[in-house]
Amino acid sequence: MSDTSQGTGGLAFDKSKRQWPNEINVFGALILIILIFEGLGAAIMGQSFLFDSNGRFDSIFNEARLKIIILQVSIIGIIALGVTQVIISGGIDLSSGSVVGAAAMIAMSFAQVAEVNGSPNPKAVFGPAWMDLPIIVPIFVGLAIGVLAGMVNGMFVAIAKIPPFIATLGMMVSARGVAKWWTSGQPVSFPTESYGMIGGGMMPVVIFVVLAITFHIIMTQTIYGKHTYAIGSNEAAARMSGINVGRHKILVYAIAGMLAGLSAVVLTSKNLTAQSGMGIIYELDAIAMAVIGGVSLAGGRGSIIGTVIGALIFGVIISGFTFLRLDAYYQEMVKGAIIVGAVVLDQWRQQRAAMKA
Amino acid sequence: MSDIILETTDLTKHYGGVHALEGANFALKKGEHVAIMGDNGAGKSTFVRQITGVEQRTRGTVKFDGAEVNFAGPIDAREAGIETVFQTLALADDLNVPDNLFLGREKTKWNFLGPFRFLDYKAMRDDTMAGLEKTAVKIPNIKNTIRNMSGGQRQCVAIARTATFASKLTIMDEPTAALGVQETEQVENIIRTLKEQGESLILVSHNMRQVFDLVDRIIVFRRGRIVANLRKEDTDGQDVVAYITGAKTGAEFEGAA
Ligand SMILES: Nc1ncnc2c1ncn2[C@@H]1O[C@H](COP(=O)(O)OP(=O)(O)OP(=O)(O)O)[C@@H](O)[C@H]1O
Ligand SMILES: [Mg+2]
Repeated sequence: MSDTSQGTGGLAFDKSKRQWPNEINVFGALILIILIFEGLGAAIMGQSFLFDSNGRFDSIFNEARLKIIILQVSIIGIIALGVTQVIISGGIDLSSGSVVGAAAMIAMSFAQVAEVNGSPNPKAVFGPAWMDLPIIVPIFVGLAIGVLAGMVNGMFVAIAKIPPFIATLGMMVSARGVAKWWTSGQPVSFPTESYGMIGGGMMPVVIFVVLAITFHIIMTQTIYGKHTYAIGSNEAAARMSGINVGRHKILVYAIAGMLAGLSAVVLTSKNLTAQSGMGIIYELDAIAMAVIGGVSLAGGRGSIIGTVIGALIFGVIISGFTFLRLDAYYQEMVKGAIIVGAVVLDQWRQQRAAMKA
Repeated sequence: MSDIILETTDLTKHYGGVHALEGANFALKKGEHVAIMGDNGAGKSTFVRQITGVEQRTRGTVKFDGAEVNFAGPIDAREAGIETVFQTLALADDLNVPDNLFLGREKTKWNFLGPFRFLDYKAMRDDTMAGLEKTAVKIPNIKNTIRNMSGGQRQCVAIARTATFASKLTIMDEPTAALGVQETEQVENIIRTLKEQGESLILVSHNMRQVFDLVDRIIVFRRGRIVANLRKEDTDGQDVVAYITGAKTGAEFEGAA
């Protein structure tokens, strides 16, 4: 019955048949892109991109540029962690940028000081009773706005069965409306000192790294992660296997919303002000980070590690263009090309996967 | 206690105007292996879907293990002890073998973490190995995703899934339809193992040789109705074909189709 020469019960463990993790390819791409900029830097600018070519720093690296890259990447990277989960579950979230705007405005209103240099806060949203609140209040408000928006997204997708693209597009427009309506477009400024520390210095990077590790563990080790992959991979199979698909999707969108809310808190704390236009296009940047990192828009495939590397690639490219003194207009055009390019790459990967299957 | 594991009375399913299943009276004894045959569209899969709660029946009753049951979904059926290999495999392509075997019934630890409780990968891997060993299924590396496996290997995974978990009744809907000779043999071996272990089985199949090799009794469906109930000893291939095509109808089913 069983072919014992192949091992127990006919099971053979062929190490060569192990799949090559896609993250290694993505990491290779990161190295390649850095090398390209190093080459261009040497040829055009006569200096190194990431290394210290003028002896300005203690280490061999251009610490200033490295810092800028990871700082830049962190705030949108936090959003990308949530977007990654949504895409793996077979959905998409176009609302995160606008949710950042709404959460930024509302959270900041609860973070204001009553007095600036002895006179009342000129940007006050609420009366003095609602100012100088403990730091936990604006953080909680920011997260709650995000969770609420995410749950609404999730319910439209899971219960009303509206395509995620449409549901979150609606939220994108509405949440931006909320951000503008909140203060009739006025910026909200002058937060408490403690609030300003959340996103001060390299704190955004620390927060991003801690969250990335946490969600990496959650996605690979917990039942939440497994079911997210299962739903994105074959929703009917997941349902047949007894997974409560609707409830799970709401949870996934709520977590993505929460991360957008948190990103808003970090961003406003870093900038010490909130504006209704905050976070515009962040959703596309976050999606691009995920897709560059190997998260498949078809669902079921990708990882947090991939997205983190994708975020770094994204940051390196943007920073590389600044380094080459490319005009901001060109940068935007190239950014658009990167997003489309990442999706084309994903399509190509999907076709290859389909051919194998 | 009776020795009947499954009994349906007047089981009926209409899809709008389509009478896919009409008044099916069926009984299965404990440890018995029964084949369901019939042309494409005869209502075989529909019958399976009503028993397993994948769909809600239009009319009729289902008794399982001595009690009347109304499964709200396939999970209820599974928890009651019915393991099913559906015609469209319920596998997640991007997950590996143990993940698929345990999908929806994962072994976990630190359960106080609720939806974020941790998976017990080691326990699941060990059980997977045991299950594959029991069924003698050959898979190059269980850590690979299903996507990279052949149709036959996928089918084996789906079948190993039902065989890994002890059940009172196993239902397989055309488990070998897409398989090569060797893989078909593997699946048939699994079915023989189930027979030795005294598990009851419903096998939907178009393969006459297979049916005569494996089961005790043959039920024929035609246009949504049961038209024959034949003990293997009392019939042969030609006879069964006559029932399938409608050239013959069992005496007790006269006037049915
Ligand atoms: N969801 C549905 N809605 C409407 N009609 C359906 C539905 N499912 C099945 N049918 C119809 O019911 C009839 C029986 O289908 P069923 O799938 O049970 O056939 P089957 O005997 O399993 O055939 P096969 O051998 O091809 O698998 C067919 O005419 C089919 O078109
Ligand atoms: Mg069928």
